[in-house]
Amino acid sequence: MLLKLNVNGQQRSDDVEPRLLLVHYLREVCGLRAANVGCDTTSCGACTVLLDGKSVKSCTVLTVQAAGQQVTTAEGLAADGELHPVQAAFRREHGLQCGFCTPGMVMATVGLLAENPEPTEDQVREGLEGNLCRCTGYHNIVRAVLAAAAAGDPATSAGSGRSGPSGPVRGRGAPAVGTSGPASDAVGA
Amino acid sequence: MIPAPFDYLPAESAAHAVELLARHGDDAKLLAGGHSLLPMMKLRLAAPALLIDVGSLAELAGVRADGGELVIGAATCHADLAADELTRADAPLLAHAAAQVGDPQIRHRGTIGGSLAHADPAADLPMALVALGGSVEVLGPGGSRRETADDFFTGFFETSLEPDELLTAVRVPRNPGAGWGYQKFVRRANDWAIVAAAATGGRIALANMGPVPLRAHAAERALAAGANAAQAAALAADGTSPGEDMHADRGYRQHLARVLTRRALVQQD
Amino acid sequence: MSILGTRVLRVEDPRFLTTGGVYTEDVQDEQLAGAGHVSFVRSPIAHATIRRIDVREAAAAPGVIAVFTGTDLAALGTVPPMMPGLVNRGMRRPLLATDVVRFVGEPVAVVVTDEPYQGEDAAELVDVDYDPLPAVVDLAAALSGQVLLFGEVGTNIAANFGDQGALDARLFDGCDAVVQHTIINQRVAPAPMETRAAAAAWGQDGRLTAWIPNQGAQGTRAALASMLGLDAGQVRVITPDVGGAFGAKFGADPEHAVVAWVAKRLNRPARWTETRSENLIAMTHGRAQQQTVTIGGTRDGAVLAYRLEILQDAGAYPRAGAILPLLTILMAPGPYAIPRAEAVGRSVVTTTTPVGAYRGAGRPEATAAVERAIDLFAAEIGMDPAAVRRRNLLPPFTEPHATAFGALYDSGDYAAALDKVLAVADYDELRRQQAGRRDRGDTVQLGIGLSCYVEITGAGEEAGDPHENATVEVHPDGTATILTGTSPHGQGHATAWAMLASDELGIPVEKIALKWGDTDLVPEGGGTGGSRSLQQGGAAVRQASQELIGVARQRAADVLEASPADLRFDPARSAFEIAGDPDAAVPLAALAEEERLLVRAVFSAPGATYPFGAHVAVVEVDTETGKVVLRRLVAVDDAGFVLNPLLAEGQRHGGLAQGAAQAFLEEVVYDPEGNPLTASLADYPFLSATEVPGFELVDMQTPTSYNPLGAKGIGEAGSIGSTPAVQNAVVDALAHLGVRHIDLPASPQRVWQALQAARTENA
Repeated sequence: MLLKLNVNGQQRSDDVEPRLLLVHYLREVCGLRAANVGCDTTSCGACTVLLDGKSVKSCTVLTVQAAGQQVTTAEGLAADGELHPVQAAFRREHGLQCGFCTPGMVMATVGLLAENPEPTEDQVREGLEGNLCRCTGYHNIVRAVLAAAAAGDPATSAGSGRSGPSGPVRGRGAPAVGTSGPASDAVGA
Repeated sequence: MIPAPFDYLPAESAAHAVELLARHGDDAKLLAGGHSLLPMMKLRLAAPALLIDVGSLAELAGVRADGGELVIGAATCHADLAADELTRADAPLLAHAAAQVGDPQIRHRGTIGGSLAHADPAADLPMALVALGGSVEVLGPGGSRRETADDFFTGFFETSLEPDELLTAVRVPRNPGAGWGYQKFVRRANDWAIVAAAATGGRIALANMGPVPLRAHAAERALAAGANAAQAAALAADGTSPGEDMHADRGYRQHLARVLTRRALVQQD
Repeated sequence: MSILGTRVLRVEDPRFLTTGGVYTEDVQDEQLAGAGHVSFVRSPIAHATIRRIDVREAAAAPGVIAVFTGTDLAALGTVPPMMPGLVNRGMRRPLLATDVVRFVGEPVAVVVTDEPYQGEDAAELVDVDYDPLPAVVDLAAALSGQVLLFGEVGTNIAANFGDQGALDARLFDGCDAVVQHTIINQRVAPAPMETRAAAAAWGQDGRLTAWIPNQGAQGTRAALASMLGLDAGQVRVITPDVGGAFGAKFGADPEHAVVAWVAKRLNRPARWTETRSENLIAMTHGRAQQQTVTIGGTRDGAVLAYRLEILQDAGAYPRAGAILPLLTILMAPGPYAIPRAEAVGRSVVTTTTPVGAYRGAGRPEATAAVERAIDLFAAEIGMDPAAVRRRNLLPPFTEPHATAFGALYDSGDYAAALDKVLAVADYDELRRQQAGRRDRGDTVQLGIGLSCYVEITGAGEEAGDPHENATVEVHPDGTATILTGTSPHGQGHATAWAMLASDELGIPVEKIALKWGDTDLVPEGGGTGGSRSLQQGGAAVRQASQELIGVARQRAADVLEASPADLRFDPARSAFEIAGDPDAAVPLAALAEEERLLVRAVFSAPGATYPFGAHVAVVEVDTETGKVVLRRLVAVDDAGFVLNPLLAEGQRHGGLAQGAAQAFLEEVVYDPEGNPLTASLADYPFLSATEVPGFELVDMQTPTSYNPLGAKGIGEAGSIGSTPAVQNAVVDALAHLGVRHIDLPASPQRVWQALQAARTENA
């Protein structure tokens, strides 16, 4: 069936079969392959994109359900070759290793910060409960999201090429134990 | 990973959806957010020949007050319900339950109508509706009917919905300021409940303790007779025969039901 | 100021963040135009003979190009197990099952379609008639041999390690206290975010080009060639971006070979990407050891003797997992000076998914066993587990230390690691808080768990001593290219190796490109695994860069008409100058104008290195529900010199998370009929962000003398120390209630059952 929708600001008109999943439409029809398929049970979030500004798992949206709506993918975030602030934060904080979960993680973050611009660490972790990562242990991803939130608006530059100490994020409700040991031993706390 | 082929028709109205259902019978399923149906279709556990999309029908969305009840459109997504001011004020247990479903992406798509019609006994909203003593509005070829939550869930992933019926709205009593408790036991934040308990206004509902969301009748009676939270909760698993899986055997599930019920009752006060 | 040791952001990131990595499924290449899509039909039953396969309906389905079964591939024969001298060579595997299936998920047929969606439709139509055989899931049952997976072989024992019958009956003589326990190191799923995939095309010249996500293209090529009956020279493997591997993407699987075979047979390129559900049952699993630990010593905390007996579940067809007990045995005593220790093992086949390597590969199992044993011993004699550890750790050493198990630990200061981690965790304060909760009888109790570990990284390949090659080339435009035999899949080698070259050549990191994973470009290499890359591959890059400067110096001498000895290379300017006359200079890049300027170097390490560390885990356990919440994970991971702290921390975080996940969350579960119960990401309890806190990393660097960088391997350390630390913490939380042991993973039900059992015992 003929379908009209907007992808990354571009109006599109395509003939698709009803069962074509939005993630496959984006990857195979639009050639936007940043969103990845990581599972088949709507669990992993590697396919996360924005649909009318809301984060969705594009593997569980039929393309036909997106008719007349606006889809934003990771490719559509960066403007004029500058990284989006969330992308920049991920880079600065080393919030990606193999990169497979990353576009989905970034889009989920954009969606999260749109709804909650100043999340606590707990809210970040819960906000990303639908995005699985095997490489990072989530530590630097959480730092990246908090950094992006703290940066607030603009600042799209990728930064100086160096980053500050990647200290641990304060554990939630952790027993009240102060850090001890000389600063040169403990990498932040 | 990919559903079997199917046809797709967007419904123009609720009445139109019912008309299409009547015409196509068992071959057709309704599609709203698709986050109960599509995962099943992707695993080929369901393969309807026709999907009737009611997800964008304005008449099925939104929350309004109607006297002593809130009326929630069946196609209201969980995120919207969780954030809805009216619901948070007058039926906070329901808003809270909606906020527990899955993860943010799922909550942007999944709808209360879809969740209730799917009738997963481990899910949040069916249990919440039973705890609140709510009801559903159903539209069929013969007109509309109401059914209480207690009657609506008839079996494991089964409701009283006929193949030609559409769940149009959910009704819950308005009880601003009423205490409520909600305890969901999971291993990971976006899991289905291993066991869950919800308590409000003398009613206690349990998730994943049987084929449907259950009322903990013995515990409710004890409460009504003046028992405290611990005493009432000790009876929470009475009469239940929960299933077993890799997370919990029968005895452990029943134990969790008692613990969670007590905690929900304490939360309520 | 050297760039080495600084936090350089990754050069690879911008494209990963914007257009995304190009993984195998993303590859667009003209050789793959018009590719057919491959879907596998897999066995739904754990053990059965195949009576009949009817493909007619499938073959007639829309878009189907062909359907093939094992009969079609008969000429390719079967695949022998790894290390067939050690492993029973009769336990061979067909590429597609022919007469018997031996695990749920074993490929039985393959469907090739024009479009990927059609593949699933058609695969459903392949009709296979199975005659069920009894499943063999329980290890004792497997050992008994009552039901054999390989009838002609006559046993289910895949390999023996040491002599079970020659154990020293007097090993524990003189011990005041002896504790024995049989514990489980459970089966887990590596579950990288990118599943397995392959794309294959044959050229007019009869050569196969295969795009496969892997951990070492050269090994993948060899495995593929072997399965296809080809010379390695007839195969080119290209490694696209790889979405994680964790040990499960080494070499090649039968599916990869089938995809290549299909392309040849149909004279048309072929592509395949497995679904996650397939991945969770058909990619190799990890761990799966049953361990009996016996530990004895004196009442004042000296461990005198330790025995480890291993029963390894190999799964249906022996893969790397079947021989990992070798490494477990090698590392059995860990960092402890135990006067008498012995370890033996066996691996058996079962009608389950084959077991392979998974982050740590044999060493986490060793650490988990001895750390549990130490805690059991400490509980038995009523001594603080930190004190017992301190009492028994090997004293610090800088000269290599040989263990009774044949390991040569290169350098270590285990007590310092323990002291550091206890200090940062504020161990005494934690014990105070724990005591407070115990006194009050809080519902939520605090548990503090420790682990001390040493592990082996950079061990040699079967083909010889540990070594790696690198080629460094400087181009006239001032850029440089490095060819490496390593195979990054998230580790950041493009940045790290560029740093090493940059430091020597004075060329900025952003101007240095790294290439790997294409066997036509880099025909030799050891890949990335076993935490070998920096200490061998990085060392090779540095060596090649230095040698390149040496070659360049000769050219510079000619250009500047000076003696090479009078020249000074200034990395700040990336130029040679006559010492004392900076204006008489020639840029390095200029020396590449007339003739290519490149050097290929091979770095050979004298042996494996042994990073070490100590972890403290703090958990809260809800004694009513059994739920475990990990509150803190404090880690000392000493792998010597840290080239890029940003990258090293990332590796540690990832390892800590996976290790913790094994401790209280993840497990692969089979029912008694061999049906996997955790065959989707909805069922397999894969760790999400809400289950772990931020990690507290403590810095410690004890260099090795085995390479000029002083670096050991860091990639797996986190996963080795964290599992036992978290497990010990859970037991510790409930120790005052009489709990002595809880098996991995410490699921809520297991914890609750342990509490119930302890209450009954103490009643």
